[in-house]
Amino acid sequence: MQNPWIYIGLFLLVGIIIPIIPIAFSALIAPRKPNPIKQSTYECGIETVGESWVQFKAQYYIFALVFLIFDVETVFLFPWALALNALPFFAVLEGILFILILMAGLSFAWRKGMLEWV
Amino acid sequence: MNFWADPIKIIYDWLMLTLTSWGLDGAVANIIADLLGIVLLITAAMVLDIMLVWVERKVVARFQGRLGPNRIGPFGLFQPFPDIIKLIIKEDITPNGADVVVYNIAPILSLGSVIFLWAVVPLASTIYGTDLNVALLYLVAAGALGTLSIIMAGWASNNKYALLGAFRQVAAMISFEIPMVVALLIPTIIAGSLSLKDITASQSGGMWFFLFSPLGAVLFLISAIAELGRSPFDLNEGESEIVSGYHIEYTGMKFGLFYAGELLHAFTFGGFAAVLFFGGWHGPWASQYPLLGAFYFIAKAMFGYWVIMWVKYTVPRIRIDHMLAFNWKFLTPVAFALLIITAVAHSLLKGAGFWPYFLGMFFSNVLLGWVTLEILRATTHKQRLAVETPNPVAHH
Repeated sequence: MQNPWIYIGLFLLVGIIIPIIPIAFSALIAPRKPNPIKQSTYECGIETVGESWVQFKAQYYIFALVFLIFDVETVFLFPWALALNALPFFAVLEGILFILILMAGLSFAWRKGMLEWV
Repeated sequence: MNFWADPIKIIYDWLMLTLTSWGLDGAVANIIADLLGIVLLITAAMVLDIMLVWVERKVVARFQGRLGPNRIGPFGLFQPFPDIIKLIIKEDITPNGADVVVYNIAPILSLGSVIFLWAVVPLASTIYGTDLNVALLYLVAAGALGTLSIIMAGWASNNKYALLGAFRQVAAMISFEIPMVVALLIPTIIAGSLSLKDITASQSGGMWFFLFSPLGAVLFLISAIAELGRSPFDLNEGESEIVSGYHIEYTGMKFGLFYAGELLHAFTFGGFAAVLFFGGWHGPWASQYPLLGAFYFIAKAMFGYWVIMWVKYTVPRIRIDHMLAFNWKFLTPVAFALLIITAVAHSLLKGAGFWPYFLGMFFSNVLLGWVTLEILRATTHKQRLAVETPNPVAHH
């Protein structure tokens, strides 16, 4: 058979085009009567106060960092899990050691208060 | 070859024959046949999505003790069609100051990222998009595009509430990806392959992975519900809190795409739970008649979707800090402990025959569940004592 990724490529293309169809259809049929009151930003019925692009809380950055560490760990665990059938038992212990090192990292983050939402 | 035994191959062969007889080159004919199959599959997914609107509204109504839509068509079955017509003819209001390109791409990417997932789902033994040998990795990657579309929607709307809702929702979604990916590694270990077709095929004969790893199924279900952004993890849609979060400034069909994308995403995750843990398309006589296998798959996916809806309409919303604490302090350690136990049990018992393997895996899961509950009980006991013990105050 052909390369399965050609199918995936075509699928991505068609999968992007098909949601565009209802939007394009709606852009043809729907009325278009802009006025400044309708287009103003929503803020519970009052005029907006201050800039819309509010300050980014630093706590989000901490969570993103912790996520990054564990995501890279899971990327490394994928080939380990896949090849588990063909490897000797020692490889299982090595994988467990790897997971335990990262669990120590998680426990460090926990104790330091990095996982709190202040 | 009998038509019912292998319908897709027969249609495909006929199509290739016709196209090459028109003088087209083999590769081009292949691409055209592929395109027809893709359009058919995506259209089927979209039609299913439309029916899911009806299913969702009826089920939520019954959970809340009322009837749901029952005017339009028998049992309200045609209700989604007026919904779609209403959304299409609504005016498309773009807020001023919005980032127009990103604002328009976000709903398309949101629904698109769910449609991409259907390329690798095996509906039956011979009915599937394509047999990718890294299908599970593709699932995680395509699901991450949905997260991207949320932050695009929140940022481009030029609205504080949308931005805050998008931040919180994305923080929750990326956090819950860790237990979800680890829960996905468990069928990988048991089946020895990332390909969804192989995972389903290795569940033949009634040996569903749910029996080998019930804790893995529960873990996948919980983290999938959080990934979907559905209640009880739907801070972004908290209608009473931040007024609909990141899709606050979307009207008409763009909002329709977000909503339909969420429903289809929930059904797709029900489908994954079915494929990974509940035997996929397996059932009586499913090997000989692939269409029957597809029916079993849809039924199991519908059951998974029903469980997701059941959780949504029963449990109240969880606060963002509780949600993140639940993930990082409970689900992630449990997920990794489960991975360790599964890897050890699988490596020790894989050659030992069916019953030792099944009992070993099942009871290792039960053991981990019991240890987790004991640790939880001890922790909450300590917390409760700290609150309840009266402080010694000098009164009489």
